[in-house]
Amino acid sequence: MAVKPVLLDRWEDKPLEELFAYCRELVEDPDYPTVKKWRRSGGKVVGHFQVYLPEEIVHAAGLLPLKIKGAQVDGMEAESHFGSYLCSIIKTSLELALTNRVELEMFVTHPICDAARNLGAIWGRNFPYKCQILYLPQNPNSAASVAYLTDEYNRLRRDMEAISGEKITDEALRNSIVLYNQNRRLMAELYTIKRETPWLINAEDAYCLIALAGFIPREEHNALLANVLPRIKTRDIKKQDKMRVVFEGGFCEQPPVDLLQTINRSCYLVDDDLLIGMRWFLEDVSLQGDPMFNLAEAYIEKSSYSPVQHDLRKRKEDMLLARIKNAHAEAAIVTAAKMCEPGLEEQVTYSKMLDDEKIPYFISEFEENQTSFDHLGIQLETFVENLLFS
Amino acid sequence: MKEKNNAINQEIVGRGNRDGANLFRQWFQELTATAEEGKGAAYVFVMGSINEILKTFDFPVVFPEINSLQTAVRRVAGELLSEAEDYGYSPDICGYVKADVAVQLNRGKHPMGRIPKPKIAVLTNACNTYLKWAEIWERIHDCPVFTIDIPGTRADGTQTWQGHIDFENDKKYIVAQLKELITVCEKISGQKFDIDKFRETLTHANTMSANWKRLLELNTCKPAVYNALTDGTIFLGVANGFRGAEAGARYFQELVQEMEYKVANGIGTVTDEQFRLFFVGVPCYPIFRRFNEFFTDWNGVFVSSTYLWFASGGTNVGFQYDVHDPLESLAEGLLISVRDAMDSMFHQHRIVMQSVEPFHLDGVVYHPIKSCRTVSTGLADGRRHVIENVDISTLFFESDLMDKRVVSEAQMKNRVDAFFEGMTSKKQTAGRV
Repeated sequence: MAVKPVLLDRWEDKPLEELFAYCRELVEDPDYPTVKKWRRSGGKVVGHFQVYLPEEIVHAAGLLPLKIKGAQVDGMEAESHFGSYLCSIIKTSLELALTNRVELEMFVTHPICDAARNLGAIWGRNFPYKCQILYLPQNPNSAASVAYLTDEYNRLRRDMEAISGEKITDEALRNSIVLYNQNRRLMAELYTIKRETPWLINAEDAYCLIALAGFIPREEHNALLANVLPRIKTRDIKKQDKMRVVFEGGFCEQPPVDLLQTINRSCYLVDDDLLIGMRWFLEDVSLQGDPMFNLAEAYIEKSSYSPVQHDLRKRKEDMLLARIKNAHAEAAIVTAAKMCEPGLEEQVTYSKMLDDEKIPYFISEFEENQTSFDHLGIQLETFVENLLFS
Repeated sequence: MKEKNNAINQEIVGRGNRDGANLFRQWFQELTATAEEGKGAAYVFVMGSINEILKTFDFPVVFPEINSLQTAVRRVAGELLSEAEDYGYSPDICGYVKADVAVQLNRGKHPMGRIPKPKIAVLTNACNTYLKWAEIWERIHDCPVFTIDIPGTRADGTQTWQGHIDFENDKKYIVAQLKELITVCEKISGQKFDIDKFRETLTHANTMSANWKRLLELNTCKPAVYNALTDGTIFLGVANGFRGAEAGARYFQELVQEMEYKVANGIGTVTDEQFRLFFVGVPCYPIFRRFNEFFTDWNGVFVSSTYLWFASGGTNVGFQYDVHDPLESLAEGLLISVRDAMDSMFHQHRIVMQSVEPFHLDGVVYHPIKSCRTVSTGLADGRRHVIENVDISTLFFESDLMDKRVVSEAQMKNRVDAFFEGMTSKKQTAGRV
């Protein structure tokens, strides 16, 4: 593809509120108009399921990485492909493809959970293109894990080359890493705003700004964040007397934006694990030497945490505690998507730690397709009031 | 002559089930003694137990999946699930995990004895719940946890083999992890790794694997000589608990002798075999006997199952270790076998389709369960694929392997009856009855 199309409508002159509304509209649109625009220009798309993919490799091949994270759709087509006891994201992700809302050249899933691993085979039985599992290491504590992952990434590189028809050079990879490093720094800056001055941006607006990166090229996302972040910092919004909370449980299936809005009514959401895969690295990926090794090394050594990565050095409850303390949060909302086994299991570990630390917490489950938030809103308000007046 | 034949019959037929039960009792007696002496055991799982190394260090092995299964069959699972749920675990997670949590909280108290605490937990990634389960033991017992990460098939039909760059990369990763595991085992046991003893365990595992493969093949005969669901569960218990042990190797040699005898003499597992079935999924243990009777009442017999493939950790492949290059060969065997176990869950449609003719199948029974997404997630889609490509009757019904609250016996029986009525009608139409 000679010229990469601009996928977002003209946004530079929009007031912030209008821009946030535009972002939300795109994030909630299951028809992915930006991806369709990319395809109309002859672009090819690689869909990848939650949580993390080294998108740099896809980007370096000139392809559009599309984060597959379910959607608020009815799931009628996908229903007959699944049994009863499953999380929603698995079903609605397939639904997007079965209903041609998204069209791909390849689908990649990961060994994050038992349902997600099955999704590769299920997708493969229904579409002619390659549907595969990228086997991210489940033993990151082995001294051989970085070398293994480097090899696995090189395998993925060959697959990307087969789609694009061109070799991916190390220089192209380094350029992509530079771009993604910049993107992660900008996202981190947004999270600094959330932690330090949460009254300047609503939880739902911050979420949509991040989620946008899942379906537009990072060049455009960087330009947008670079424009928006200084404007957020200079907003004239007064701090309110709201409780500072951390939201945990959004690493895979995403809560509806309305749910975040409901939380925002009574709390400042000062940190979270929403779309953590996009913010997986805590430091820049090195540009020296072999780019594939650097990406692999960053995955193992410079990364955040989630219930679907087992690393003896990263006890999840310790990591959550650090997140709460770093954000000076007063409480935690510990959620899990319905039927999400890793998330539900981790809730127990988290709650035991929070009990020990005497940190108040609110346990809840959500589903991407839920539409009623009144009950949750009342529960949260009660939770907050209890703490404020205890 | 007739009396002599009867005597041989009595001695051989049913021996596998009797000896399997005895071995099981003996195993749990040893575990109880270990627990009562205050000693620990190695906690492992059925898909890639790495018994070959652990038995070299004389670790008693505990299979929490088997422990939990026993609580369901012995009808005490309900109380244990409630206890784990009171502790905080959701009704929607794996019942095996929850029953085990309750056993751990009750200091190993189990209907078959007492389960010792873990002094190490060794797991593979064949099931993601293994990882989360081991994290629970880490927190309860503060025990070391070692994961052997075995990359699976990347895309359907794209397995690579010896000499291919991707296969060799995966193998190199597994070899490194096995060496690291040996170092950890040396530290925990205080014993040096004995390479000759290791070769012995591999030899016993070879005998078991070759016989397991033969056992599966033997049920292609008509009538089927064992029930893959009920007898198969006993065989699986021994295959897992005694892998790498002389007793396990001998058991399977004798079991194959028994089954070959039954084949030669036309002794079927049911007296009037009418329907040959393939089972996909995991059995319903809370009503195990009744569940099987749903099918045997119609003279249906399960001749094979994906369960016998994946719950044996891919022993169905019959991989033979090269004892002259033991560690590399173990890595290669694990890669091929555990990968195959994963394939028989994720890509089950292939096994079903390739089993229809050799096993003379009349029907396929899909039984996804609430507890296990690994096994269950792809079954509805796999079934669709099979129906589109093969002319065979199928039944799809859900329940659980532990949780009686989601087992609706009457509803299940209605579905099974309708399935058999459909098959009967199909046979009549084809002029076969």
